[in-house]
Amino acid sequence: MKRHAKIDGPQTDRRLDGMAQGVLGQPLDRPDGPLKVTGRATYAAEVRLDRMVHGVLVRAPRVGTLNGFDTERVRGMAGVLAVLTEGLPRNSAQGAIAKSPPGNEGKAQYVGQPVALVVAETLEQATHAAWTLEVGIMPSIPVINPHAAPTEFPEKKQRDLGDLEAAMAEAAATLDETYHTPTLSSAPMEPHASIAEWDGERLTLHGAYQMLKFNRKQLAEALGIDPSAVRVLAPYVGGGFGSKLGISAEAVGAALAARMLGRPVSVVMHRRQVFEMTTRRSQTQQRIRLAADVDGHLLGIGHDALVSNLPGETFSEPVQQGTDFNYAAPNRKVVHEVARLNLIACGSVRAPGEAVGVTMFEVAMDEMAHRLNLDPVEFRLRNIPDHDPLDGKPFSSNMLAQALTEGAQRFGWRHQPPRSRREGEWWIGTGMSAAVRVNMLTESEARVTLTPEGRAKVETDMTDIGTGTYAILTQIAAEMLGLPVAQVETVLGDTDLPPASGSGGSFGAASSGSSVYLACLEIRSQIAARLGIAEEDLTLKDGHAIHANRTIPLSQILDAPITTEGHVEPGDSGKIARNATYGAHFAEVAVNDVTGETRVRRMLGTYACGRVLNVKTATSQCHGGLIWGIGMALTEELIHDPRDGHAVNRDLAEFHIPVNRDVPDLEVYLLPERDDWANPIQSKGIGELSICGAGASVINAIHAACGVRIRDLPATPDKVLAGLMQIES
Amino acid sequence: MRPFDYLRAESPDAAVQAAAAPETMFIAGGTNLLDLMKLEVLAPARLVDITRLDLGGIEADGDGLRIGALVPNSDLAADPRVRRDYPLLSRALLAGATGQLRNKATTGGNLLQRTRCYYFHDRDTPCNKRTLGDGCSAIHGVNRNHAILGTSEHCIATHPSDMAVALRALDAELELLSPNGSRRRVALADFYCLPGDTPHVENILEPGELITAVILPAPVGGRQIYRKVRDRASYAFALVSVAAAVRVEDGLIAHVALAFGGVAHMPWRDGAVEGFLQHQPPSPALFAEAASRLTAQARGFGANDFKIPLLQRTLAAVLAEATEVTA
Repeated sequence: MKRHAKIDGPQTDRRLDGMAQGVLGQPLDRPDGPLKVTGRATYAAEVRLDRMVHGVLVRAPRVGTLNGFDTERVRGMAGVLAVLTEGLPRNSAQGAIAKSPPGNEGKAQYVGQPVALVVAETLEQATHAAWTLEVGIMPSIPVINPHAAPTEFPEKKQRDLGDLEAAMAEAAATLDETYHTPTLSSAPMEPHASIAEWDGERLTLHGAYQMLKFNRKQLAEALGIDPSAVRVLAPYVGGGFGSKLGISAEAVGAALAARMLGRPVSVVMHRRQVFEMTTRRSQTQQRIRLAADVDGHLLGIGHDALVSNLPGETFSEPVQQGTDFNYAAPNRKVVHEVARLNLIACGSVRAPGEAVGVTMFEVAMDEMAHRLNLDPVEFRLRNIPDHDPLDGKPFSSNMLAQALTEGAQRFGWRHQPPRSRREGEWWIGTGMSAAVRVNMLTESEARVTLTPEGRAKVETDMTDIGTGTYAILTQIAAEMLGLPVAQVETVLGDTDLPPASGSGGSFGAASSGSSVYLACLEIRSQIAARLGIAEEDLTLKDGHAIHANRTIPLSQILDAPITTEGHVEPGDSGKIARNATYGAHFAEVAVNDVTGETRVRRMLGTYACGRVLNVKTATSQCHGGLIWGIGMALTEELIHDPRDGHAVNRDLAEFHIPVNRDVPDLEVYLLPERDDWANPIQSKGIGELSICGAGASVINAIHAACGVRIRDLPATPDKVLAGLMQIES
Repeated sequence: MRPFDYLRAESPDAAVQAAAAPETMFIAGGTNLLDLMKLEVLAPARLVDITRLDLGGIEADGDGLRIGALVPNSDLAADPRVRRDYPLLSRALLAGATGQLRNKATTGGNLLQRTRCYYFHDRDTPCNKRTLGDGCSAIHGVNRNHAILGTSEHCIATHPSDMAVALRALDAELELLSPNGSRRRVALADFYCLPGDTPHVENILEPGELITAVILPAPVGGRQIYRKVRDRASYAFALVSVAAAVRVEDGLIAHVALAFGGVAHMPWRDGAVEGFLQHQPPSPALFAEAASRLTAQARGFGANDFKIPLLQRTLAAVLAEATEVTA
């Protein structure tokens, strides 16, 4: 039996609140945790198959027309089995698209593009042969400067409401500043890896991907076969952050080579390839304009963004996604411009849009608060809209005020003028920012089986990319079916199972969780029917049904396992009400007056994401977001060579993500909330919210500490030092 | 990685004889060499493993200390005599790399680390260090972490070691064993080369020659500071670093030794600046003048221009801390 729900409006029954097992929301350890910390969880690159051989991708060293490879020499090298120069995609597929990634059309359109695959008996032989392969290219001049590139203005991303120019002219206070963020990289711990094996016309791919039902279709189209002939397995994924939403060259290459050789082929990206053969977050230029009256009420908001991508790519970093609804103002203008560049493909990176858009907007808000001589918390509180400022629809829930107030209180927020605290060489300051992130529901299916012995199994092709999916789906089923969590097994990451939302856009937990909820609800209904009662009157706890003072073991109700499916689909709910998550960040930093070095001393975040499914994994997501914020604010930048655009610092020694010593004590508080408009479990995404604006709290704290305003991320010592020296003179 | 022959040396003499052959390199901790071999930036035909040789141990050497070339960075940093008499060295070691790397990296190998210049590490870009005559990609490229002192039109790379900067300030000497069996002692001051028009030559080692020990002279006492300015709090190479050993007597600077990292092709030292400070009463004005003299010949290449004021300010701050003079 299948339970289907299309979400067209608020889900007010809040059925989960009526359950008795008491495990949902609890800080359950990940069921997969022991496997992972003991090395027994098999990640794609660890899969070993009989007769398996190894492929290594080859990069384009320059931009131009591909002009032949000296494959002859390489084919003669020890162990070399094949050199593939056709069929590899130009770049990764975008997320949630059922199409093959684009081919290269005989061109290297960016330095680092995968252009060949060398396959050999051993990884070492393949690696050496790949280094040896000479790529013939008729060079052309790459376009790498967004200001000198052809640009496009996607119609759906422009906004013009009221008259921003007039508001700017008449306002008591205005701000008009331009900000920059650099190219950023997902840099997941696990590199992209695919092991392909054919059984006749059927392909099995052990991969490291986030959205398997789409990955299967992408791969099928790239290979010219039917999706039903493709099985993708990704039970454990070591982080993706968007870079594993769509398939990359290693998956296509492994499948093609395996078909050609009749042997399983493993292709694992080198760390350097992860930086240039998957997707990056576009660099952005953001012009932000604010107009306010004397009381600090915003009259106008302008947010113009220039982003980039390769020619033909539909994705453009949706910088202004949060600007649509973050603050009230009658006059609003958004200009979204996309430059077509010969640089690494851009795609979704954790919180596409808000991660950089909210961050720079929240720096602008801080600057504006100073111009208005207002406490920045108070300034934000004065501008929280009571309905969607674009079209007037209601908010499903807007917890920004609570997040700001609660956060300020817990952090001990006190607004102080810049340069008012000093400890030796160090200036000390605190900063804050708001967090907003759109919330989505996507189609998802799951199967749940309950046995008379009181064991349950959850099955779906959903992924756990380090986020805690195994834990939360186990908890939802245990809560609904009244079972201890140890009695529930969750099986993920296999396209033979019902197709799920996949992990991305913070919708995975709520979407796949809703499908599990629906399947369990169907089981509950069937049990209730056998007892002759309504589902609402049924209590399930510790493997027993409880009704009218009678406690009956499941074994007396069921004579065979019950298997059901849950299927959730988005409906009109998201069109009727603005659905989003909200939060606030607070940071204390120390800035060295001699060197311009910044160290974060403490950080606190308050977030509202509807029902919390597991407080430990949710908090862990927030820690991750805060750390990403520290990195975005202080250290992370994938640097492009000024001549050909190649990523010069494409390794983890030189692309500086925060390390332990950069991360202070982090405090996270999750606000109690139920969002009935979101989905049947009243839960919203938390994977991305905590990165949206986190960096701004650090940047604003730098200003509060030493008076230096950084508008060009990251705030490396050279930039802060330049500001300090300017103040000194 | 290019296939290579592997030989485990049974004695130092056998090691140097084996390493005198063309395209042969020593391997000890391998923390830098293996990375570069995987990128085929280095592609030796043969590796001579010296890790089983009896080149460990830290022992007294007159009033000084003799440090075996195979002493791991972790052990050296933790040695009680080093911590007591040469705290500068201990601090510099702990400012570099990670615990895991320090456990593996050796004293001799640390001195021979290759530059972190992005282009040196990238076979698809020209680099005079890799192939003389191909040109320097950094001069007109991304050069934020590059040198400001002692550069040439052929190379602006820096030496990445923290340990070597401390050893330079401590007047360390190296003991070298040559393939013909002879031993020589060379001051660290004379060991490294500036790029000039031979940027591929980084030191005075002859083919096959092996560093067998580092010798520290008698302790100089005074305040010892290693200050490293970097992009993140740990596991990042120095933008600028200052090693200082300073002793103040009767209100005058009686001893001063200063070495600088992240600014040149070698640990940088400037005798004239030390001479200028010697016998002077410490003051902010004196430090500012010393910093200005240090950078008189400094030259930036765009993105690394900031290193000039950064070096000046860091030196002044270190001198202030060492002499307990505040502005």
